[in-house]
Amino acid sequence: MSLIFDIKKYAINDGPGIRITLFFKGCPLSCVWCHNPESINSQAQKMYTASKCIGAVKCIEVCPHDALTLTPDGIKTDVERCTLCGKCAEVCPTKAIEMSGREYTTPELMRIIERETVFFDQSDGGVTFSGGEPLMHHRKLIELLDRCGERDIHRVVDTTFFAKTDLVLEVAKRTELFLVDLKAWNSDVHRKYTGVPNAQILNNIRALAENGSDFIIRIPFIQGVNADEETLQNEAEFLASLPWHRKEVNLLPYHDIAKGKHQKLGNSYEPGELAPPSDDDLELAQQIFAAHGIRATVGG
Amino acid sequence: MDSAILNKTPERAAGSASNYSSKKSGLPGMNERIQKLRKLSVETEPSLDIERALIETAFYKENYGKYSIPVLRALNFMEICQKKTIYIGEGELIVGERGPKPKCVPTFPELTCHSVEDLNVLNTRELQRYTISQEDIDTYEREVIPYWEGRTMRERIFSHVPKEWQAAYEAGLFTEFMEQRAPGHTALDGKIYQKGLLDFKKDIQAHIDRLDFMNDPEATDKLEELKAMAISCDAAIVFSERHADLAEELAEKETSPKRAAELRKIAEVCRWVPAHAPRTFHEAIQMYWWMHLGTITELNGWDAMNPGHFDQHLEPFYYKQLDEGTLSRDEAKELLCCFWIKVNNQPAPPKVGITAKESGTYNDFTNLNIGGVRRDGSDGTSEVSYIMLEIIEDLHILQPGSAIHISSRTPERFLKAGCKVIRQGHGYPSVFNPDTYIMELVRQGKSLDDAREGGCSGCIEVGAFGKEAYILTGYLNVPKVLEVTLNNGIDPVTGKVAGIATGDPRDFKSYDELYEAFLKQLNFIVDQKIRVSNYIDRMFAKYAPAPLLSVLMDDCIKKGRDYYDAGPRYNTNYIQCTGLGTVTDSLSTLKKHVFEAKTFSMDTILDAVACNFEGEEILRQTILNNTPFFGNDSEYADTIAVQIYDDLLAAIDGKPNTKGETFHLNMLSTTCHVYFGKVMGATPNGRLAGKSISDGTSPSHGCDTHGPSAVIRSLTKLDQTKSGGTLLNQRFLPSLLKRDEDIAKLAKLIRTYFAMGGHHIQFNIVDTATLLAAQACPEDYKDLLVRMAGYSDYFNDMNADLQQEVIDRTENESF
Repeated sequence: MSLIFDIKKYAINDGPGIRITLFFKGCPLSCVWCHNPESINSQAQKMYTASKCIGAVKCIEVCPHDALTLTPDGIKTDVERCTLCGKCAEVCPTKAIEMSGREYTTPELMRIIERETVFFDQSDGGVTFSGGEPLMHHRKLIELLDRCGERDIHRVVDTTFFAKTDLVLEVAKRTELFLVDLKAWNSDVHRKYTGVPNAQILNNIRALAENGSDFIIRIPFIQGVNADEETLQNEAEFLASLPWHRKEVNLLPYHDIAKGKHQKLGNSYEPGELAPPSDDDLELAQQIFAAHGIRATVGG
Repeated sequence: MDSAILNKTPERAAGSASNYSSKKSGLPGMNERIQKLRKLSVETEPSLDIERALIETAFYKENYGKYSIPVLRALNFMEICQKKTIYIGEGELIVGERGPKPKCVPTFPELTCHSVEDLNVLNTRELQRYTISQEDIDTYEREVIPYWEGRTMRERIFSHVPKEWQAAYEAGLFTEFMEQRAPGHTALDGKIYQKGLLDFKKDIQAHIDRLDFMNDPEATDKLEELKAMAISCDAAIVFSERHADLAEELAEKETSPKRAAELRKIAEVCRWVPAHAPRTFHEAIQMYWWMHLGTITELNGWDAMNPGHFDQHLEPFYYKQLDEGTLSRDEAKELLCCFWIKVNNQPAPPKVGITAKESGTYNDFTNLNIGGVRRDGSDGTSEVSYIMLEIIEDLHILQPGSAIHISSRTPERFLKAGCKVIRQGHGYPSVFNPDTYIMELVRQGKSLDDAREGGCSGCIEVGAFGKEAYILTGYLNVPKVLEVTLNNGIDPVTGKVAGIATGDPRDFKSYDELYEAFLKQLNFIVDQKIRVSNYIDRMFAKYAPAPLLSVLMDDCIKKGRDYYDAGPRYNTNYIQCTGLGTVTDSLSTLKKHVFEAKTFSMDTILDAVACNFEGEEILRQTILNNTPFFGNDSEYADTIAVQIYDDLLAAIDGKPNTKGETFHLNMLSTTCHVYFGKVMGATPNGRLAGKSISDGTSPSHGCDTHGPSAVIRSLTKLDQTKSGGTLLNQRFLPSLLKRDEDIAKLAKLIRTYFAMGGHHIQFNIVDTATLLAAQACPEDYKDLLVRMAGYSDYFNDMNADLQQEVIDRTENESF
């Protein structure tokens, strides 16, 4: 089952032109800073926004498992009892409770995508598959990519590249542009913050370059993780060594926008030593990449 | 994916001139002259001038009844041009004021006479104040008010309206523009740059000579009208000559040789135009300015006056002088800046019968058309267009309004230059689509050439410039029509009869039955509105002709008929329908929840609406969060919107006016959606009592939750070419326009909307924090210009309701 947790129209930061971005639910990584924490779990999840709750308690009345109680802080869910059936979300008048993650049929998604065609045509835009990790849902992804290809819709895949190389190359046959994350250079650091090592990711980047595919590298730029000179030098050298025509890096400065979503999921968010980069950090990074013939822009 | 570890939203700094301005300090304006003139214009508090009223009252006392009405009006205009105090300010290059000094606006007691109480309120209210001295109030009470009592146009109109109209009007089902000001609603074409008033006088004489008194029963009326036109030409020339005299006088006394030379130049220009066709860029601007001042002095027509495609009119002068070496780009820009400030010096004439709370705007809706297409259909942009964009960004003042006109032939460079100005967050320019409005005009019966020469004036209304009277007659409160329908003809706010009985909605068995009743009510109200509009049209044709405006408008001279009396080549009346979003969402709520899903009964919702949803928050939230609303590319809601739009069209379009032509549909609201909201209780879509209704064809505030592409798809399901203009406000946070790439994407969004047939779109580039801060600390935000509902205003000048509305509008923040 492949769930989609969001569909974003007039997406102007996920590739060229005006795009529609589909977000798959489920990710093999669990980045500390993940701003879409609901994207990590591939199952449907309940999200609760306390500020929207007016205490209608329709959710409590309808819950078949008596999992909900009203507290001074709003509705509390007993996770042991909750089966994520979603009945509470259906009756919530304010959408304080919402289920994140919904299954769509391919024709259903294609209808949604095709409604935006006129914007793609005017702006050289298209569809972007993001997540989560779209490659985790490769069956659905490949089907959608093929349907879009038949309709001449420009395809972008936004990925962590934590996947088998065969699969990456299979997807590359039907993708015009990849947006590939490079989260940390040192594999231990990568593992510390994302939960997985990065050797496979780097291999895939190299394989993609050797395959002649088009891609942009995106770096979530975070002080304390990857904003130091050594990391940047290593990354720049690695990228410069690839047979890569585009030579384009997007630096995405970290900020703690994720906090709100963590609260909705009932998680705490402890970014710890993570901090937004300074303007100097950004400038240094741009200089280092430029010295290697790579254009680094701020923002994606 | 990490794409959303995005660039942090830049907070718009308090008091900074603009979002992305490279200029960090200094006064706005290209040089010291412009900085000073702008400062004076911005800082001078608007005031009321009683001089015009005194001259006119004395003239009427002496002369009323001695002349035909057109000649009387022309002589009255001549009297004002001869006697009014004139002004040439320090450093000015373009001269002439409507009042005795900048920001001073005359009254028009022949149309509507301010009472002493009105004057006191205007002098003391907090917003949109117009100062007036006690001495002037006393003089007004003594000299002006007694003569006009019972004689004003307004009183004569109200004494004749039927009670059904009165009931609907008082309920706030519609407004009537002409109870306050004369019909104007027009813009000029290029003829005043090819002909002087002496040339027009020759045309007038030729048509007088051709009058056939033996065979044309209207020949005498035509003669009187033509005589009046000739007198008004003389009056405008006299007015200019007086300025030439004053300039020479000042030059004599001037100690600075540079300024003395400028004053002599002003005198030379004023001796030449408007009598003759302009020869230079400077004369061309002054020529227009005389016509602007003349037409807003003879009467106070709505939307002031408008030069139309000003860049196209000035372009030949610009390139000619540039080639000759007699004008530099900077000199041209400086002259245009002077013009800009002149327009800003003319606040709108204030209303009568006002309350302290009610406030309007100083904006008088001179809305420049920049870019667009030419009469032959080719692209209309030139270097002058780009200079104008620079000025909008440099000066950021309230008036004139400005709009970029983007046809499929408009270069991308111009659109992007316009988008960069939009990004600054001053609210200007708005964006129009000639490809659509030319079709609108042709559908209404204009020739293709005349349609291309047309454009949009005032707010978003479309007309054939220099050839058409396209009269806005008033706003129609479409959600209120539904409210009255849901109360079987009664206005629930007052308990009085406001419409006709269309049945108790609790007895309706189907949505179709409900919609039938709504339609019946709608047609009844529209017919009331049209009936009185036609009567008022005749009142102006008979008693308040506009001879100077008639000279400037083809084919008034040829026909020997006034602008108000079918003189123009084309004659349209518009009814502006407001609240499409609110009424669509209300009907969608009733259709879905009462008749289909049966979430609740008609009883339940009507009771909840009647008590303003008190104790019914769960019901209200259920509606707000579980109903398809307009502006989200939802077939369910959009189908309802299209049906309403088509039925508004059927109710209005093609109804005869007094000029042998017809009424047309328009979808603008300016700020009227705020007033309309105030006279309404809660609506079934969950909107609370008193809150503003949706503006123009925009979605209900905060209800477009799927981004601008969905809004655009919803809006383009309406066949916009059948209206005389639609209006779409989109609010963007600055973060959406941070990078040049974002600008390019905004440009593509606009192109897409227009490729799909959109008429108009405008953007508020602000953030909520800025707006909240501005509400809390207005002194620090004097430059905060906000775009809403077809016009631009300073945030600080808006009342709390309008401010709240800007804040409530959906923010299309992209993450």
